[in-house]
Amino acid sequence: MISQHDIVIVGAGLAGLRAAVECTDQADVAVISKVYPTRSHSGTAQGGITATLGNEEEDHWEWHLFDTVKGGDYLSDQDAVETMVKDAPRAIYELEHMGVPFSRTAEGKIAQRNFGGHTRDYGKKPVKRACYAADHTGRVVLDTLYDQCLRHRVKFYSEQYVLSLVFDEGRCLGVVTYDLATGDLHLMRAKAVLLATGGSGKIYKTTSNGFATTGEMFNLAYQSGIPLEDMEFVQFHPTGLYPLGILVSEAARGEGGILRNRQGERFMERYAPTIKDLAARDVVSRAILTEIREGRGIGGKDYVHLDLTHLGEKKILEKLWEITSFVRNYVGVDPVHDPIPVQPTCHYIMGGIPTDTDGRVLADEKGSMTRGLYAAGECACVSVHGANRLGCNSLLDLIVFGRRSGFAMKEDIGKYDHRSIPGDPLKSVEAKISRFWNSNGKEKIDSLRQRMQSLMMGYGSVFRNEEGLKKGIEEIHTLKERYGQAGVADKGKVFNYALMEAIELGHQLDLAELVLTSAFHRKESRGAHFRDDFPARDDPNYLKHTLIFPTPRGPEVRYKPVKITRFQPAARIY
Amino acid sequence: MELKLKIFRFDPQKDEKPYYQTFAVDAQPTDRLLDCLNRIRWEQDPTLAFRMSCAHGICGSDGMRINGICGLPCQKLVKEFKDEVLLEPMPVFKVIKDLVVDLDLFFEKYNSVKPYLITTIAPPEQERIQSPEEQAKLDESIRCILCACCTSSCPINQKKETEKYVGPAALVRAFRYLFDSRDEGSGERIALLDHKDGAWGCQTLWKCTEVCPKKIPVTQQIGQVKRRIYEAKHPKK
Repeated sequence: MISQHDIVIVGAGLAGLRAAVECTDQADVAVISKVYPTRSHSGTAQGGITATLGNEEEDHWEWHLFDTVKGGDYLSDQDAVETMVKDAPRAIYELEHMGVPFSRTAEGKIAQRNFGGHTRDYGKKPVKRACYAADHTGRVVLDTLYDQCLRHRVKFYSEQYVLSLVFDEGRCLGVVTYDLATGDLHLMRAKAVLLATGGSGKIYKTTSNGFATTGEMFNLAYQSGIPLEDMEFVQFHPTGLYPLGILVSEAARGEGGILRNRQGERFMERYAPTIKDLAARDVVSRAILTEIREGRGIGGKDYVHLDLTHLGEKKILEKLWEITSFVRNYVGVDPVHDPIPVQPTCHYIMGGIPTDTDGRVLADEKGSMTRGLYAAGECACVSVHGANRLGCNSLLDLIVFGRRSGFAMKEDIGKYDHRSIPGDPLKSVEAKISRFWNSNGKEKIDSLRQRMQSLMMGYGSVFRNEEGLKKGIEEIHTLKERYGQAGVADKGKVFNYALMEAIELGHQLDLAELVLTSAFHRKESRGAHFRDDFPARDDPNYLKHTLIFPTPRGPEVRYKPVKITRFQPAARIY
Repeated sequence: MELKLKIFRFDPQKDEKPYYQTFAVDAQPTDRLLDCLNRIRWEQDPTLAFRMSCAHGICGSDGMRINGICGLPCQKLVKEFKDEVLLEPMPVFKVIKDLVVDLDLFFEKYNSVKPYLITTIAPPEQERIQSPEEQAKLDESIRCILCACCTSSCPINQKKETEKYVGPAALVRAFRYLFDSRDEGSGERIALLDHKDGAWGCQTLWKCTEVCPKKIPVTQQIGQVKRRIYEAKHPKK
């Protein structure tokens, strides 16, 4: 099947839907998702979305800019951060006008809460900057934007899995998808394609990410010749519910929750004396794992406690309903009376497809544009989050840069026609599928995936070192060879999830190699990338963005400078 | 412990009619039922089809009938079951394969209630003012994850003669906008809901409320929608 739209958006999370709402007035827009709309992982964001509204206390965008840059360990491009934080209040009011049911202050304004790393007056004390709707902020923003898309009659193609990006002479002309319900291939032609496909947490064993968050779009872009930026920066959220890894929002600490070790000690006082439990996520995750390494995990095991018991039942149920209900359900702990067992969980990738501040994909370190291709949200790297993202800045990123990408596409499509596509793009992806049916199936997809997820935890998570990274890369090479022998026993065309997972794994293995390789070459510690063998930040040598390029010899690492406008790198103490 | 999962199977590519197949899974008492389904697909039968994504009751993908009652297998733990559990697709909707149903009708009905804020007065530069009390009216309804468990459990939706009933999920979303103090579209909304397949299709049978994985008082909210329609048509003198 072949269809044609002015703009095709891949991914129905917040970035994709916000972009769709933006361009629907002047363009024929279609949104493709591998799940149904409203199932996207943006919906699981709990805590909030930042903006310096100053509804609860004094706040300024300059403070937000500073916090984001410091949170990112000075790797963020400060011009991009400035664009984001200055636009934040407008973006929030706009969401409110669309109908997002934000929690309210006594005066009826949008309520705001504390969140990690967000401070008043350049680090003096925590500031209430995160706008929220109890602890289901992501879900209600997703629902509201979906509702807006319905209102504007955006065309949705659900349960479509993208197999390739179609290029000709360096311009993106569309995508080929696999229809999960029928097994048919579908060519979607477009003047502009936006990738808004989220993260890749599922390359790790312990993750807050959902099953759909496999990250194939990073690799499809990479295979098309586009470099990936800063892929070594993978965020582990400090408080994943032990042992599942499900997110327990930072809102729990924003509302006053405290981390404690086996001695009941509030250990964050030692690691971040000023803002304690509300330090940036990389700092808190390292602190938790250090406590565990030194034998102060609960009962000597690999978790610590998140204590909410002093907050009282009313506040807990009113502001943290979602968290309370799943903690009760999954681990049989009632946060009203007992502390919650938590451990760091893979949550977010700061790196991604390099873009300018209008979502246009950059093809190299000189800033050359990739015509017809755009990226926004977690799969993109603008870069606003640098080496470590602050909580609640992600939803802001999605809304601000989703909108800007939508606007840019609307502007750009006037320059493009629907060019005919040379060759048969459907034929060329058929081999990707048939290879699994022709294989003897000596290797099982599931066991290869489990091995990859474990080795990424071992060698590529919070603490890294040269020897481990080297071993990890070698093991990924072995897994890739074994993957060549893998087959899919289900030969059916209707909802063949086994086939989809087999294709996903190929992308995940490539992606794992890119993360480890980028990490191997960065011989310093910065933000979420911590090297036991190089424990200090090294600005003279590494204050630069990694770009990893595909070459016939394999991945090749190059660098580009960081844009520093207002804040020169300084020691990062919380 | 070993748990047996008796699962409804139907593959339109080869089966003339559905059948049940039982799988045994070695599971921890704290494993989710969804974990067991994944293990079956990964280790025993790759053709087993079911939807899932977030695996903790937010995305709403994995609604199915569990021992006869609609729910989410990602919210159910193995220890809640004795020896065997029966898994079937949600009723009301057409089965595509195994536990996967066609949700197009569900989203069509959802779309039919104008599920978005309707305003005519231009908004202020900043946020519209809404008191915490006004906002709190929406607290429960905004937990809805569109899993369709309520609509598929509703006896009215299940009956052929009344299958056009818009269903509880769409009515919860109608409630969410009708009772939003910022909304100015109540006239349009009430017109859409005031008919036998709209809010009046509900016969207060409470099945929706019983099954809701997010503990939304669905029946009560539909009751408030009905009252709102009645009051709009019978203004107090």
